[in-house]
Amino acid sequence: MDLKRLLKPETMAVVGVSLTNESNPANVVYNKNRLRYPVRVFAVNGKGGTIRGETVYRKVQDIPEKIDLVIIGTKAEVVPSIISDCIEAEAGGAVIISGGFAETGAVDLQNNLVSIAKKSDFPFIGPNCLGIFAPSHMDTFFIPGERLVIPDRGKVAMVSQSGGILVDHMIKCAGEGVGVSLAVSIGNKAVINELDLLRYFKDDPDTDVIGFYLEGFDENEGREFVIAASECGKPVIVLKSGKTPGGTSAVKSHTASMAGNYEVFSSVMEQYGVVEAKDEFEMVAFAEALSCYQRSIQGRVAIITGSGGHGALATDACFLHGLSAPVLSQSAQTELYNSVSPAIRNISSFANPIDLTGSAVDDDFMAAVRSVSGNDDIDCIIVLLLPYLPRITMDLGAQISLVYQQQGKPIVAYVPHEDKYKMLVEGFMLNKIPVADSIEDAIHMAEAMRRYKSC
Amino acid sequence: MLRDNIQKVFSEAKERGWVMEPQAKDLLRLSGIDVPRFLFTTDIAEAIRFANEIKYPVAVKVVSPDVIHKSDASGVVLGVSDDRKLGEIFAGMAKIKGFQGILVEEILKGIEMIVGMKMDNQFGPIILLGMGGTAVEIYKDVTLRMAPLREQDAESMMTCLKAKPILDGYRGAEGVNIDGLKSMLMAFSDLVMAFEKAVESVDMNPVICNASRCVVADARIMLIGH
Repeated sequence: MDLKRLLKPETMAVVGVSLTNESNPANVVYNKNRLRYPVRVFAVNGKGGTIRGETVYRKVQDIPEKIDLVIIGTKAEVVPSIISDCIEAEAGGAVIISGGFAETGAVDLQNNLVSIAKKSDFPFIGPNCLGIFAPSHMDTFFIPGERLVIPDRGKVAMVSQSGGILVDHMIKCAGEGVGVSLAVSIGNKAVINELDLLRYFKDDPDTDVIGFYLEGFDENEGREFVIAASECGKPVIVLKSGKTPGGTSAVKSHTASMAGNYEVFSSVMEQYGVVEAKDEFEMVAFAEALSCYQRSIQGRVAIITGSGGHGALATDACFLHGLSAPVLSQSAQTELYNSVSPAIRNISSFANPIDLTGSAVDDDFMAAVRSVSGNDDIDCIIVLLLPYLPRITMDLGAQISLVYQQQGKPIVAYVPHEDKYKMLVEGFMLNKIPVADSIEDAIHMAEAMRRYKSC
Repeated sequence: MLRDNIQKVFSEAKERGWVMEPQAKDLLRLSGIDVPRFLFTTDIAEAIRFANEIKYPVAVKVVSPDVIHKSDASGVVLGVSDDRKLGEIFAGMAKIKGFQGILVEEILKGIEMIVGMKMDNQFGPIILLGMGGTAVEIYKDVTLRMAPLREQDAESMMTCLKAKPILDGYRGAEGVNIDGLKSMLMAFSDLVMAFEKAVESVDMNPVICNASRCVVADARIMLIGH
């Protein structure tokens, strides 16, 4: 199944545009694409007519251009005939935002739709979904633009069974500065499912990391998914709902009783190097870290900070998340001692966490980052940078990022995301160093690399 | 060859829904999994001859299509020490519902582990390794992997157990034959892949592991649709 025209359309038709009701979902989609995106968009309505001077076509086949993507927002009953129209018009694919199919019990109607599409190898997303969001290119969400928080264009693809969760993830991505290549809500996933999108994003040059919100797989689909993910060559992150055990039917076998659905899911994801996020915060932190570093680490972390308390909390969090903060060798500690300025030498601690104290200047942080970057006992550096320390400057983010460019050891930063510290945050982010908004999040970012197993 | 035997055993067990211990152990042995020396018999004289051959004490277990959980039905006696005891136990077990005979089996010493399989709807056959015995569901020290296992999967199943130091030999105690356990996991993985979709779950519990061998002391195979 070729999804290129469907997911990266040049031309788009919106079926179900109302001539009288501007708040109709199809009108919202038509208007936002017409006004805000480069994609060429056409309105379709069985009655024809015009909308603000533009032709409304009666059928997809009547549009004078070849259509890549058709968005269908009509009543459920007429969707099968519109899909037939799309096939006749040789459209590239469809997004069916309409509800009223399997989710409400209309299984036959959905099956009918699937058989029409499959006969002609015609791909569609949905039904009962928001569809596709492609930053600065197009979107099929029936949510007015002013209500959305839109992330930058970037390298993270997001796929979600639930539209609401997807919009939420986009808000969090925007807040954390995580760029998105494509966000897709797949709803009832009648034809296109997680596996199809995983295969598409594997070869998509605009995507480096793929995140999924999953509710469940159909029979044997989980097996195919993990095998495809492990062969994909890009980090795959999953967030699963439905972790709590369902019915407690009596189980006669110890194995069946101890291998509950969620335990199996979680174990198999780990077995195949798929990174499982436990909640939405981990999801976004993992996506940010893995979009900067597509590699795995053992998880031997050096913590560099100007505050003993931050160092201690970070060490605890490392321990809880399966990372270690090993005590540095005597020679490494001596090297650190000699590299920082005399003013802080005797008040700092170099064992790990490395606490340079509130008297440290930019050069002290730089010296410490350089020194542990060259230390083979460490495979990731967490810099807890407190912008209120009086002697550091707002340039330090960009400077530390340079050490990564030169020495190649992954660095994760923590800086409180306050407006007045934004320059420091951007100094990291613009240079592809992930920046967390809390100590815990910084640990999550390092954890993402530990859990990811590249093949 | 293995698949033919699986077919034969399963078609006999289909009605009942589970495979009885002697047949389950025959399948395990055929697939290269170590089981204790045992004899399945209805003849007390033969049982006594075999017990003397493998040397007392022996284990005696009832074989009955009506008894899935043998220990609940007084169908297992460990440490049977002589001919007279064996005779008494045989007479007692012969009264258990559905009695088809007894297993006389050598007793092995070691750490009790569990190796199992569950057919999962989303992922297919899943293999479990854990600390076994009767308290298995209390400690719940288990690891799960999707079959077929790769070598690295079998290795990580062992290292991910909390009880790994016990397997390595904790505080001077004898550890277990790690290579033997790994081979058993790999052979079991091949076996469950050969089951295709016929089996719902397998419990091999306990698997007795010591420094020289890993041996399946009891096994139960539950068929799909049971």
